[in-house]
Amino acid sequence: MSGDQASQEDREDRAGLRELLRPRLSRGQLAGGLLCLLLGFAVVAQVETTRRDTTFAAAREDELVGVLSDLSQRSERLRGDLRELEDTRARLERDGQGTTALEDARERATAYGLLAGTLPAEGPGIELTVEDPAGRVRAVHLLDALQELRDAGAEVVQVNDVRAGTGTYFVDAAGGVVADGRFLRAPYRFLVIGDAHTMTTALDIPGGVIKTLEGAGARVGVSARPKVEIRATRPG
Amino acid sequence: MIALLGLLAGIGLGLLLEPDVPLWLQPYLPIAIVAALDAMFGGVRARLEGVFDDKVFVVSFVGNAVIAALIVFVGDQLGVGSQLSTGVVVVLGIRIFSNAAAIRRKLFGA
Repeated sequence: MSGDQASQEDREDRAGLRELLRPRLSRGQLAGGLLCLLLGFAVVAQVETTRRDTTFAAAREDELVGVLSDLSQRSERLRGDLRELEDTRARLERDGQGTTALEDARERATAYGLLAGTLPAEGPGIELTVEDPAGRVRAVHLLDALQELRDAGAEVVQVNDVRAGTGTYFVDAAGGVVADGRFLRAPYRFLVIGDAHTMTTALDIPGGVIKTLEGAGARVGVSARPKVEIRATRPG
Repeated sequence: MIALLGLLAGIGLGLLLEPDVPLWLQPYLPIAIVAALDAMFGGVRARLEGVFDDKVFVVSFVGNAVIAALIVFVGDQLGVGSQLSTGVVVVLGIRIFSNAAAIRRKLFGA
């Protein structure tokens, strides 16, 4: 369209906008206004409702079924826990001498001792040896190995003659690594109690601990043992 | 103008009263609102094109909202409620956009 026409239409449109906003009082206009009032009211009501309760109100049936089955599974598990605890309580109530309580406490002390590293331990597990002919294995490699083993469910770990605990650290030193204040020299030997298959798989994943160590020029051997004896302890 | 005032008054009332949407209405109200919005844009467009008619506006407003809610209701009965409401929203969304485009063209010539 030509510029002349455009400007003329523009004027008409301005007039249209004014015309649109000019109040006119007629029954139809009032009805339209009433409907728009209803619309605004409904919009606000809906927005408020949605904001108040977004978790379940908007969810459809299949999602709700999923949530429900999750919940019932969890409650089943919790009911199992409850039964166990009630059993323990019944046993504790039955015995007046406190032998069961003592037994329980001892059991717990042993478990905590094993976790804290204050007690010697034995059980099935693996032995991981890291030979370092190139002298390029650093503290960070050993820390990675320890973390990987823990992630894979290692219960008790001993590195050479150091029992690994929650506060175990590794620091680079000339010709070896210092762990918990003790100097370790290659070859490094991890004795680990835990599920041998899981830990071996975890160490052996592509780009995992073993590959990294081999990349640093180390020779790594992993062997599953039916019985690993861990004699080193940490001072309680 | 009265319609605009009505809309603002409705929003104000809603904020003031904080109404609860009854449970049986909850699945249908959002769709009905979208349909009503579509009717509103259609009304503005018709006014700008000079073919606005009060009766048509009222009937299409109410009719669209009721039909949209009805479609979702039937869909829920048939077990395809979520799909149908998605479909209705898509169609109404397209209509709102085309109405908005017509309004824009009328008002700004672009």
